[in-house]
Formats: sequence, C-alpha cells, structure tokens
Amino acid sequence: MSPPVSPVISATGLTKRFGDFTAVDGIDLEVPPGESFGLLGPNGAGKSTTMRMIGAVSARTAGDLRVLGRDPDTHGPEIRSLLGVVPQEDNLDTELRVRDNLIVYGRYFGIPRAVVRKRADELLAFAQLEDKRDAKVDDLSGGMKRRLTIARALINEPRILMLDEPTTGLDPQARHVLWDRLFRLKERGTTLVLTTHYMDEAEQLCDRIVVVDKGRIMAEGSPSQLIRAYSTREVVELRFGSEQNASAAARMDGLVERLELLPDRVLLYTDDGESVLERVAHLGLHPTTSLVRRSSLEDVFLRLTGRSLIE
Amino acid sequence: MTVLTDTRARRFGAWYVAEHQLRGMRAYGWTIVMSGIGSPVLYLLGIGLGLATFLDQPVADGANGPVSYLYFVAPALLATAGVTVAADEFQYAVMAGFKWRRIFWGMNASPVEPGQVATGLILAVFFRMIFTTTAYYVLMVAFGAVGDPWGAAWMPLVGVLGGMAFGLPLMAYAASITEDKGQFALVNRFIFTPMFLFSGTFFPLGTLPGWLQWVGWVSPLWHASEIGRSLSYGLPPGSWPVGWHYAVLVAYAVTGWVLAHRVFRRRLR
Repeated sequence: MSPPVSPVISATGLTKRFGDFTAVDGIDLEVPPGESFGLLGPNGAGKSTTMRMIGAVSARTAGDLRVLGRDPDTHGPEIRSLLGVVPQEDNLDTELRVRDNLIVYGRYFGIPRAVVRKRADELLAFAQLEDKRDAKVDDLSGGMKRRLTIARALINEPRILMLDEPTTGLDPQARHVLWDRLFRLKERGTTLVLTTHYMDEAEQLCDRIVVVDKGRIMAEGSPSQLIRAYSTREVVELRFGSEQNASAAARMDGLVERLELLPDRVLLYTDDGESVLERVAHLGLHPTTSLVRRSSLEDVFLRLTGRSLIE
Repeated sequence: MTVLTDTRARRFGAWYVAEHQLRGMRAYGWTIVMSGIGSPVLYLLGIGLGLATFLDQPVADGANGPVSYLYFVAPALLATAGVTVAADEFQYAVMAGFKWRRIFWGMNASPVEPGQVATGLILAVFFRMIFTTTAYYVLMVAFGAVGDPWGAAWMPLVGVLGGMAFGLPLMAYAASITEDKGQFALVNRFIFTPMFLFSGTFFPLGTLPGWLQWVGWVSPLWHASEIGRSLSYGLPPGSWPVGWHYAVLVAYAVTGWVLAHRVFRRRLR
C-alpha cells in the first residue's frame, strides 16, 4: 500500500461571518491531490465564500484551513502563487488582446517574459483559441472568454485549479467544449475544485461532491454514492397541470416510499418506474405527461433540503 | 515542473501592476500624446499670442517687479496638466479596475497584494503624468514662457506633486465607490472646475474677494502653481514661503496614499 498522501486542502470548522450573517457555518473538508472536487449548492449557499477563503483572498472568521499545507492567513501570496482561479464573473482585460491577457497575467506571478510568452502560446492551443490570439476580448463569444479565463488561470502551472460556476450562462454546446477541456486537465492530474449549481456539471466533472446549503455541508460522496444514499434508482415525473397536481398527489399517497409535490410536477421515487406508472393508471389517474428517468443529484438535493437547486 | 514561489511577486508586484496599466494605456496612447502636447500648444498660443496682447498692464508681480502674463500663467497651466491627468486616471482607472472591467479582482487572485495593486496604479499614473508635465515644460521653454529655464527644470516634478496631491485623495474616494451614480460628474463639476477657476490660475489669488480666497488655499493646484512661479521668476515679497506650499502638497499626497491603500485593502480582502 502506498503511504497516505497529504491533502492539498483541509478545513475543519471553517467559518465565515459577515456581521450577523453566517455565510459559511463550520464546514469540514479534505481534498487529496489529483481529485476533482465539487461544491454543489444553490445560489447563496456559501460556495463562493468558501472558494475565496481557500483562494487566500478572504480571511476566515473561525476554524482551521490549510491550502497546500500553508495557512492562508499568514501565507497568502505563497498560496496564491500556486493556485489558478477562474472567477464566477469574467475579469479579463478588455483593453488588451487575447494573448496579452495571458502574458500580463503571468507577470503577476513573477514569471519571466520569455517563459510566459511560450506558455501563453501553449495555453492558447489548449484553449482552442490559437486563431484568436490577436483578437479583442470583446469580440470573443461567452464560451471563448471562459476558455481564455481558464487558460489565464493555468499560466502559473497551478497545483490546484479553482473554478467558481465555470459554465453558468453558457449555451449547451459551449458547456460541452469547456467540460472537455476540464476533463483533459483532470486526466493530466490537475486538482480541480469547482462550485456549481448544475447537477449535470457535477456529475460530469466531479469525483467527489459535497452538497452545501446555508453554509453547511449536507452530504458528501461521489455522485453515484450520493444518489444511492439519498434517492431511489428511478424517478417517475408526472404532470397533471398546475391545478390538478396537488389532488393527484393526494390520491397517489402511499403508492411509493417517497413522493415530492412541486408546483409544476409530481415526483415519485421508486426502484421500478414502469410498474409505478401502471399502478398510477390503475388508480384512474391520467397525467398529461409522464416520464421515467434515473435519479440525479437534483433529487439528492431536493431530498436533503426540500428545495430545488435552481429556483 | 518549476515550482514558483511568491518572492518575485512580493518584491515586484507593484511594478507588474504598473506594467499592466501602462499596457492598457496604449489603447488610448494616442489621446495621451495628443492631449499631452496638443493642449499646451493650444493654451500657450491662445494665451501668449491672444489674451496677453489685450492686457495693457501686467497683472502679476515677480520677485523683481512685474512679469509678463505668459510667465505668470504658464506654471499654473503645467500644474493644471498634472491635476487633469490625476482627475482622469484616478477616477476612471480605479472604477474600471473595481467595477467596469473588474481587472483588480483578477490581480487579486495572483500573489499580488491589494496594497501593491494601489501602488502599481499610482506608478503608472506617475509615468503618464511625468510625460505630460515634461512635454508641457519643454513647450513652455520653446514658447519663451519660463523666466529661468534651467533653474526651473524641476517644475515637471512639481506638476506631478500637485497632481498626486489632488489625485491620491481622489483615488481613495473613487475606490470607496461601489455604485456608480454619476459621482465623477459631480467631482468634475463641483471640485475640479471651481478649483481650476479660483486657484489663481489666470489671475493672482489676491485679486479674488477674501471670502473666495480659501478655495485657493485648500487647492493643490494653487500650491503647485505658486511653486512653479517661484522656480520660474521668483515670487513677489509677502508671498507664502515656498516650503509651506510643498508641505501642503506632501500632506495631501501622503494622506491620500494612506487612505487609498486602506480602501484597496478593505475592498479586495
């Protein structure tokens, strides 16, 4: 057996308060090197605040935090020199050309000009932006800007790449291109830490997830572990029209071990969707649409918090 | 893989920020050069060849009696140029960094510290300012607007000091703005313009009624103009000692520096 590797991030009782408001409420987490780790939760769950504390740009209020074995309170610049950060909101310099954005950014890390130029060209290739190297940032599409931001975050060859909501606001095709790039980084062994409120993103990219709500960790595990632990194998989604959903739900009470009534649909949790559908028909209920699907992290979240991820 | 350390960034962080800002200025580099050279040419031509010929009697005295109007106005125009660069850069570059382009947040994720972001921005403005005031001075000498060209060669730096005395407190204020509600238009209308008009720029401060002279006393522009005049042709007897003017400017600049650094740190951490 190989000796245990020390985690690149470890937090115990990590807390952040802004006045009376507790944004992060005593979370514990550990990320081993090479892992792709996700913080999944709705907006305002405390994900970004946690990321800022790990990124050594926001001091913790209480608890302990070590990033690459160092304390962000005392070793901020050193930690930041080893991280790559992709912020939620793009902050590329629109007055500089694409390639210059990478070069200027690399300089902040004290990388010599010749090295940074070479890396900029490699990263443009990685981000599939070679033919945009002299373009203005404003002329790039949303997906290209994100890829450039990721390339910029890699300019210092970071040990950990931190991504805050990397694909929010992108169209499906652009998201898939981005996921492909991130997947390649993961294959190369880069540690990824990302926040998302998209369960498909978490399922695609993360080896392990913590579900966060109101500053607390609700559950932790791989996507499949979480689904197994907190949901059933299948979900039957029925729509009766917004007026009838509630009365139909009442009649189906007891049909399955768990039933969720949402404003627009009723969810029935079961291991055998088809047979549940048949029993619904026996009750004389006729949904306008019905769908049997596999459980997702969305269902896990609903179970844990009683709320949807995207509201 | 090379393991990077933060030591270089810790030492040179502010210079990297300045490098970025100067690169950014390239986008409007032409404007900087044209306004840096064009505006002195226009002012000096307009005042030297136009306005000055209307004035029958001298409006101001130097150490050795009356001086030409061009002599009197030129140092104040140079100081105004420094202050104008400050008004430009310290409002818009700060707002762009925090809000419009958010580039300070990008710098913030690197080893560079908030104080270095502030210092780097100031360095970049310093370079633009020294270019502008030096160009002004060279043109002033060419127009024969300086009494003692060699003795007053220090004047471009006085213009920079005046610009910083006005600009650094403004930078601290601009950095504290989280929502753009047109505050800059107010600064320009109610601070910059009155300062320009009532700081003894075009006529000696003593010409103003006593209840308006305080505008000059609190105005970095007046202090910088007076130092410039003292260098060019010497101030008339009874003027403030030059040391006081320097002291006021340094006090403004130091206060602004400290406040700006504090606000940058608060905002970025």
